[in-house]
Amino acid sequence: MSEFFNPEMEALSRSEIEVLQLERLKKTVNHCQDSAFYKKRFESIGMKPSDIKCLDDLRKIPFTTKQDLRDTYPFGIASVPLKDCIRLHSSSGTTGNPTVILHTKQDIDQWANAVARCLWMVGCRPEDVFQNTSGYGMFTGGLGFQYGAEKLGMLTVPAAAGNTLRQLKFFTDFGTTVVHAIPSYAARIYEVMLEKGIDPRRDTKLRTLVIGAEPHSEDTRKRIEEMLGVKAYNSFGMSEMCGPGVAFECKEQNGLHIWEDYYIVEIVNPDTLEPVPDGEIGELVLTTLNREAMPLLRYRTRDLTRILPGSCPCGREHKRLDRMKGRSDDMIILKGVNIFPIQIEAILMQFQELASDYLITLETIDGNDDMLVEVEMSDIFIDDYSKLQRLEKEITRQLHDEILITPKVRLLPKGSIPKSEGKAVRVKDLRKQY
Amino acid sequence: MTVHQLSVFLENKSGTLVKVLKLLKEEGVQLIASTIADTAEYGICRIICSEPDRAYSVLKDAGVAVSLCEVFAIELDDVPGRAADAIEIFSKENISIAYLYSFLLNGKGVLIFRTDNAEKAREVIMTSGLKYIAEKDLSKLL
Repeated sequence: MSEFFNPEMEALSRSEIEVLQLERLKKTVNHCQDSAFYKKRFESIGMKPSDIKCLDDLRKIPFTTKQDLRDTYPFGIASVPLKDCIRLHSSSGTTGNPTVILHTKQDIDQWANAVARCLWMVGCRPEDVFQNTSGYGMFTGGLGFQYGAEKLGMLTVPAAAGNTLRQLKFFTDFGTTVVHAIPSYAARIYEVMLEKGIDPRRDTKLRTLVIGAEPHSEDTRKRIEEMLGVKAYNSFGMSEMCGPGVAFECKEQNGLHIWEDYYIVEIVNPDTLEPVPDGEIGELVLTTLNREAMPLLRYRTRDLTRILPGSCPCGREHKRLDRMKGRSDDMIILKGVNIFPIQIEAILMQFQELASDYLITLETIDGNDDMLVEVEMSDIFIDDYSKLQRLEKEITRQLHDEILITPKVRLLPKGSIPKSEGKAVRVKDLRKQY
Repeated sequence: MTVHQLSVFLENKSGTLVKVLKLLKEEGVQLIASTIADTAEYGICRIICSEPDRAYSVLKDAGVAVSLCEVFAIELDDVPGRAADAIEIFSKENISIAYLYSFLLNGKGVLIFRTDNAEKAREVIMTSGLKYIAEKDLSKLL
């Protein structure tokens, strides 16, 4: 069998990719005329779809930002009527507005195809048993991988998140060979295996691990591979670009091929917004090329990465992204969930018992990544332990409702959080890199 | 019937309590009684002292999280069983006590407590004939 899932796309040469991209870009910009948001934006700069004559003309189009998605919440960017859409995915949170991405039937099918292509690339075949430990629902790592794995034809085990003992039982009973997990959860799985006396090499058929949605180092990958006796491949995606399936490592494990029949990739300096040369780190900017419901033009992902120069021995000429180097904004990625400190701040500020200083600490405790929120009390004083405990519980509950993760909340007397010169330090990341 | 109590919110970290006590020491404020309960992260230090108003502003000015509140002060004879008798009176009237502590001052037992039902407590103290201590009496006992 071929090493390619979509040979007609995966085997394209650079020049063929660029011809296809220009054709699809023209089509996409044309289609964006049907989006209220883009129509207005084109008019405001006096741009017509026919102005796109070569790929460099892309740069005439202004960037699209997360704020644009929020401002047009929920359906303002859509380029098709809602009746043509069959699903939406939304980010967590109620601060400002969450972001919503709409999908037509074809979008879902294209998305599944991209994920299937990624999984095929790392050796997944219909004989494999694929277990997905992602949360399902709005979190795109659930349904995204589900549809992709089904498209490829694997037997899928939609185990969803948590309940590690049950996950292990599925591994052994169903003969799971491929697992999708966030890196911190992969480490957790191994810990529980140790506790239960399960040897992953002897007692399971695990062979391939797909890890993503959480920043991790090369050392982390190597440790996970060593622990579980698998090959672990880095997956990159984001809900604005459907979800998983945007870029994925091939068997070389040296950079993530971004599917250029789906996206035009730009790397720009986050301050000047000017393009940077291949090999230099900058902000990833993506333009969708085959989306119906909600095409996005020059979307600023805020992820920092670089294009790896040179060609890949796997034969694919789709560009390779280096693993993500961080963010150009303050977004926190914890347990695969995207969190902005402002969401936490907005909740805290609703409590008149609390002052305005807080500190978010991310730390690894017993192999789990956790969040500690320390917040100073205001002058409104509570001389009562049970009321303080109730207050802590209420803050925890409201934070959980907002960010979908249960943080540990600690109340502090005023003045306990060290004041920094200039911009306040709100987030401390002490997470252990596995 | 009530006396002023300082409540200080402290982080459970070495040095936080001593900072508060030193501030009072420098001002010549005398501690009459104090209590602190242990929890994992923070504590509330409750203090009965001479000149509570001045002590309050000293701590406040130093940026300490402090409040001044009124707590009930009952005087008990220094013989066994008096505390039980007093609490029983409140218990019978369904007055729940949020917290309580006691100490001896010049041969007199002093029972300090706080309740969410202050009005009823006041009434019960009056009708039951319990002896109580007022702010000015407390400093006299020193």
